Amino acid sequence: MPADVDLGADIAELVVEARQQGPIPLDLAFSCRGGERVALFGPSGGGKTTVLRTIAGLYQPTFARVVLGGAVWTDTASGIRVPVHRRRCALMFQDYALFPHMTARQNIQAAMGDQSRDTRERRVAELLTLTELTDFAERRPEELSGGQRQRVALARAVARDPAVLLLDEPFSAIDRRVRVALYDQLARLSLAVYGPVILVTHDFNEVVRLCDRLIVLDHGRVVAQGAVHELASRSDIPQLAAYFDPGAVMDVRIVEHRADRQLTRLAFASGELWAPLMEIAIGAEVRIRIPAREVTLALRPVEDVSTHNCLAVTVAAIDAAVDPALALIRLSIGDQFLLAQVTRDAVSRLQLSPGRAVYALVKSVAVLPRAT
Amino acid sequence: MPHPGMDWQSFRVSLQLAGMTLLILLPIAVLIGRALALRDFRGKGFAEALVALPLLLPPTVVGFYLLQGFGRNSAAGAWFESVTGHLLAFSFEGLVVASVLVNLPFAVQPIQRAWEAIPRNLNEAAANCGMTPLRAFTRVELPLAWPGVVTALALTFAHTLGEFGVVLMVGGSIPGETRTLAISIYDRVQAFDDHSAGIMAATLLIFSLVALGLTNSLARLTARRNAR
Repeated sequence: MPADVDLGADIAELVVEARQQGPIPLDLAFSCRGGERVALFGPSGGGKTTVLRTIAGLYQPTFARVVLGGAVWTDTASGIRVPVHRRRCALMFQDYALFPHMTARQNIQAAMGDQSRDTRERRVAELLTLTELTDFAERRPEELSGGQRQRVALARAVARDPAVLLLDEPFSAIDRRVRVALYDQLARLSLAVYGPVILVTHDFNEVVRLCDRLIVLDHGRVVAQGAVHELASRSDIPQLAAYFDPGAVMDVRIVEHRADRQLTRLAFASGELWAPLMEIAIGAEVRIRIPAREVTLALRPVEDVSTHNCLAVTVAAIDAAVDPALALIRLSIGDQFLLAQVTRDAVSRLQLSPGRAVYALVKSVAVLPRAT
Repeated sequence: MPHPGMDWQSFRVSLQLAGMTLLILLPIAVLIGRALALRDFRGKGFAEALVALPLLLPPTVVGFYLLQGFGRNSAAGAWFESVTGHLLAFSFEGLVVASVLVNLPFAVQPIQRAWEAIPRNLNEAAANCGMTPLRAFTRVELPLAWPGVVTALALTFAHTLGEFGVVLMVGGSIPGETRTLAISIYDRVQAFDDHSAGIMAATLLIFSLVALGLTNSLARLTARRNAR
């Protein structure tokens, strides 16, 4: 991370603590740095929405502390509770909560109370352009499609010029095909937020595309947190396993397009991979996900197979606790990790054990461009 | 008295009474209706019953208690007399107070329903957009609850023009002070003057119809403008 971002991180750090017995049990504490995009992930009823509402001041747990860069928003111990409308914190509601009697333009303007008329109009026009809503500006929410409504809600949240942006399952009501375009809009709009952007989601691809860090919540507790790469390869977090198959997440660079073979070459620090031809500029950094079940292991390099990628790797760890029949093999390649899912029978047949050199056949690579 | 025909003085008293009632009652009804819709408190059911009471009690019962309350022997009545020099009972002011109380359910209930119909998270969204509670009230709550407020207005207006029992009990029938058109019609019928009663009844009928029709069109118009 560049030094100037680090300097800003202190004044924009968000610290959240919440504890209570019921009605929604909470016992958690975490912090997010300025500019960081954090995903809150976990099963329904785990307290994700409650955490967002606590940050926004819409909910007050028995014990809570919310501090942004030294400014105390909530502190039950000293009786501080800054009113919702005085927190520079925008929450995009799961059902958008657009004002039904206002047009798209008015909805966005509604969050810009104190600014001068000129500033407001200029900024609204800008946001409408960014969210591709200019043609729909005079329509009311009921006359807009789900995706358009989502964009109005996003624009309204950003219009407030928030220090903290909270998004409660922002894409859950959106058609999967449309989501990808919206990821980029979200990423672009959230650049203006100097504090953290916190996103509640059930979609792991969304996490990979949008977020830097992942916090897993269950029963109101933080059961795991860390960089997306790291958590993606863990198989010991049942709350994650319920939503995606374990796999490796790697940041790679696009080095070559081979139109004749319909393939694209991707490079990472200690190796390279072939993926189906993609329309992304050479030199671009992309994130890829390799699900463990797409990786096959062999003791010798294999050449006469249809699989393009055959990487020399070392067995780092074997996790047999996943399933009675299956084992998850953690493979190291340079400073990166790959995961392979094989049968337990294969583990004994190939005599796999930590330290053993093997070859990983990677069948498919899911490329998930980082939203920018 | 032979056939005095239309009693314009009573008509004026009726209109003044309806106007004053609206002026005083609407803000109160918005406060009460909104509170009943948004807040949960102990004894809420009892509070709602209290507001609805004038709907089910015979006007004579309401009138009786109001008379007791307005009299010289009650604290409120005595206070009013010491300030104004005349009794609250059998005065226009007394009539306004009675009218406000009797109309409470007609104004509060539609307003309460209207506020209940506003999705809770719109209030939250308004605050989250940085709106102060007052701004959220004028920009979000009031426009959305507007049809309910207009219904309250129309019902109160119509009901005040038509109120008879309580007005008779509390106001008596003092010309120019407490004799409303409804009372005047009754007096005329008592005097076998069907001609005058008929003219006034028809006037009240047509006027009420026009007033209600106008209110409703106005409501639709403002609602549409608010929506744009």
